[in-house]
Amino acid sequence: MAEKTRKMAFICSKGDLDMAYPALIMGWAALGEGIDVTLFFTFWGMDMITKSRYKRLELAPVANTSMKMTMMGLPTGNLGIPNLLGIIPGMTAFATWLMRKKIGGVGAPTVPEYIQMMMDGGAKFYACKMTADMMGLKKEDYIDGLAGVVTVTEFLDMTEDAQIIFI
Amino acid sequence: MATRTIAGKTVQVNEEGFMTDPSEWTKEIAVELAKEEGLPALTDAHWKVIEFCRKEGTATGKAPTLRQITTGAAVSTKDMFALFPKGPAKKVARISGLGKPEGCV
Repeated sequence: MAEKTRKMAFICSKGDLDMAYPALIMGWAALGEGIDVTLFFTFWGMDMITKSRYKRLELAPVANTSMKMTMMGLPTGNLGIPNLLGIIPGMTAFATWLMRKKIGGVGAPTVPEYIQMMMDGGAKFYACKMTADMMGLKKEDYIDGLAGVVTVTEFLDMTEDAQIIFI
Repeated sequence: MATRTIAGKTVQVNEEGFMTDPSEWTKEIAVELAKEEGLPALTDAHWKVIEFCRKEGTATGKAPTLRQITTGAAVSTKDMFALFPKGPAKKVARISGLGKPEGCV
């Protein structure tokens, strides 16, 4: 039975902790289903594949309307974490810790672990050349296992018949 | 619910070809389903994974997810993809006579 392999490509443009997960969760599930997975990292998404950053992705509570006090277990309904509180030193670390705890609570691995699992499962990771040039990133700055640094046209060529998801 | 005969035994299956009653599963059925999934022979390494899935499936009523298999059966992700290429989670669940894995990780 010669079935055509379904392909998915994720464009990861964000480096916040919460925005790193969608591509990892969907991509990993896709691999488990036999789907061919490619990830392209651009702009802030480069944090996900940069050695000095990928273990330290953070979540800032400032200007994040989804962060409610109830996340901390308080019975405060729709009340958000006040932006004024968010500017206190340590609040980003606190929000990051809280989010990590929530993510770990549903059995999801950390970002570095997820990336390793996906690479082991055959997903291909590419960095965006223009962002690399702009941010002055070199080969040694990236995590091991990166398939290459490519231009957008190269990425489009290699994902010609893939479903592309922008995050 | 549809039925089909696999390895001489009539079992219940759903529209995607997954067995719906895990108690109807036999090792002979696993061998046949593995062939359908493109695995002509099952090695000890395959059986180790299948047995883990059977144990989990019987205990929880659900097919284990890929990560549950790699952590629970002490099989690396790389090995899982080598043993059951192209969709290990789904493949091993089908071979083990369980439903599709329901978890996300």
